[in-house]
Amino acid sequence: MSRTLSFSEATLEAMREEMRRDPAVFLMGEDIAKQGGIFGQFKGLPEEFGLARVRDTPISEAALVGAGVGAALTGTRPVVDMHFADFITCAMDEVVNQAAKLRYMFGEQCAVPLTLRAPDGIVKSAAAQHSQSLEAWFLHVPGLEVVVPSGPRQAKGLLKSAIRSDNPTLYFEHKALFAEKGEVPDDADYTLPLGKAEVVGDGRDVAIVTYGITVGRALHAARELAGEGIGARVVDLQTIWPLDYAAIADAAAATHRVVVAHEAVRIGGVAGEVAAFLAEHCFDDLDAPVVRLGAAHVPVPFAPGLQEAIYPKAPDIAAVCRDLVRKVR
Amino acid sequence: MVRIRVLEEGIERHFLAGEIPGFAHLSIGQEAVAAGTCAALRRDDFIASTHRGHGHTLAKGAAMRPMVAELFARSTGLCKGKGGSMHIADFSVGMLGANGVVAGGFGLVAGAALSATLRGTDQVALCFFGDGAANRGPFHENLNLAAIWSLPAIFVLENNRYASTTSTAETMKIDDVARRADGYGMPWAIVDGFDASAVHAAVTQAVARARSGGGPTFVECKTFRARGHFIGDPERYRSKAEVAAYAADDPIARARAALGAALPEDEYERICREAREEFADALAFARASSPPEAAEAFRGAYVGDRDPATPHGAFAAAEARAFVARAQ
Repeated sequence: MSRTLSFSEATLEAMREEMRRDPAVFLMGEDIAKQGGIFGQFKGLPEEFGLARVRDTPISEAALVGAGVGAALTGTRPVVDMHFADFITCAMDEVVNQAAKLRYMFGEQCAVPLTLRAPDGIVKSAAAQHSQSLEAWFLHVPGLEVVVPSGPRQAKGLLKSAIRSDNPTLYFEHKALFAEKGEVPDDADYTLPLGKAEVVGDGRDVAIVTYGITVGRALHAARELAGEGIGARVVDLQTIWPLDYAAIADAAAATHRVVVAHEAVRIGGVAGEVAAFLAEHCFDDLDAPVVRLGAAHVPVPFAPGLQEAIYPKAPDIAAVCRDLVRKVR
Repeated sequence: MVRIRVLEEGIERHFLAGEIPGFAHLSIGQEAVAAGTCAALRRDDFIASTHRGHGHTLAKGAAMRPMVAELFARSTGLCKGKGGSMHIADFSVGMLGANGVVAGGFGLVAGAALSATLRGTDQVALCFFGDGAANRGPFHENLNLAAIWSLPAIFVLENNRYASTTSTAETMKIDDVARRADGYGMPWAIVDGFDASAVHAAVTQAVARARSGGGPTFVECKTFRARGHFIGDPERYRSKAEVAAYAADDPIARARAALGAALPEDEYERICREAREEFADALAFARASSPPEAAEAFRGAYVGDRDPATPHGAFAAAEARAFVARAQ
């Protein structure tokens, strides 16, 4: 059984269920208790769990993440809301040098079961400092898990797994997805495993490897291509670390052509890691070079027309798939 | 204090002999802060330390054998040889780690104090830090956070007058850093950091306040490091006369003078002898211990990475095998 929920409601259910399930789970961030979160994603939590477990904080990202690490080291399971993913930059030491390192460098004496929720992505002319997708940075740092849900069902299942994970986990939730609706399983213990991609469709002409909001764009492209007789399958990575290399290899073996797409800047992005993996391990399966799609190497502009020009959408994805399939038959 | 001194002098000797890899920062001259502070804490209280953390670690209750083994990068070390001097920790005694990042401990302490509150315990968390850390953002953010939430935290500043190699006279307009606590509505005290009893008294009061729900306290200890910033520091930034003047005010000599007849000469000699024997034993233990196996490099970044059922575990293990095979 399932119900229709918005992405925001799905994350709220995940929070509520995990806070009921485990008294060690608590939440802190800016504008969350009294305001309910800037996307309404925390509404009702303080009423049920109290202001000790749902904490409004000063605008002090370094302290929030640092204290999140300290609390995680000492018997609690903090969820820290970063307000906007862009502001993780104000707590980079705490993420990179503390959260990611402590378990390893202290010889496994401790764990850091910390979840950072980071609303990211391009929406409504939020412009350069409120629109970034920075997930690739954290893929590069050993010790972190990186989760990027693509819709309400994934948002709920992956958030619950992120909170239950004993590792520091960054959960990037796209701001433009919060209002999106979708079917979510009823089962109160429903989770999605970290490190497992989900494959949509069984097209054998091209695979679109993607994650987050770009999954919807890829599915749109796949429908368009199906009308033209081109079979595309979409690989929703769901977590970019652990990265489901096996699913990527399987997709290459099945389709022989791979497009990797994300909204984050193309240069130095996750697509580079996927393409490199394919080149190293799946070369013989490929009939064509891997194509990467991502945002232009520019800050996100303010003017709506400019904003819309810099990142890949469904028609862009469909166009490169079409080119790949037509060129290499 | 004597145990710390003996340990630090031993580390200095064996570092210079090439037996200790990496960097090591000594706290000789600052022992009264570590000893006086940790004597005011319970075993289940938390501390976060700094890159100059040998004294704090020992004073909080870590055993000398696995400490020295860690500095020697051995598998029997507190951190299995993966942390070293700047990243030594002993969670079994509430020691949440030395920290290679200046001001890295503030968040950990604020979080540990918050955790104690949420878990309903009366534990406190204490942050050691230096004057250099007081100029970093996390100092301000976390002191404010601890104050507004009345967290059971204590912030112990070891003001040794130098941030690495730069004098506080060049990095601050004030002499007493503790005054900054006023800006956060936090009570503060300034004590003579050469006087272990004075440090102990101030921290005891701060701990009592924290434990009883009275919130955090800032304790500034005026001290001086008798050695360079790191072992091998050429110390171009300060004069020999300045070092000699401060080094004359030795915390151990101070304690002996204060104790007077309460600490007879032979009793003091026994303390020193036992400390030397303890270090000799730890040194022998470290030398006899094996370095970590190559495969250890690939373990421990994640909970569950030993479990081949988890996807990243399987991949990391495969990587490890490939690397190990190549190395052999």
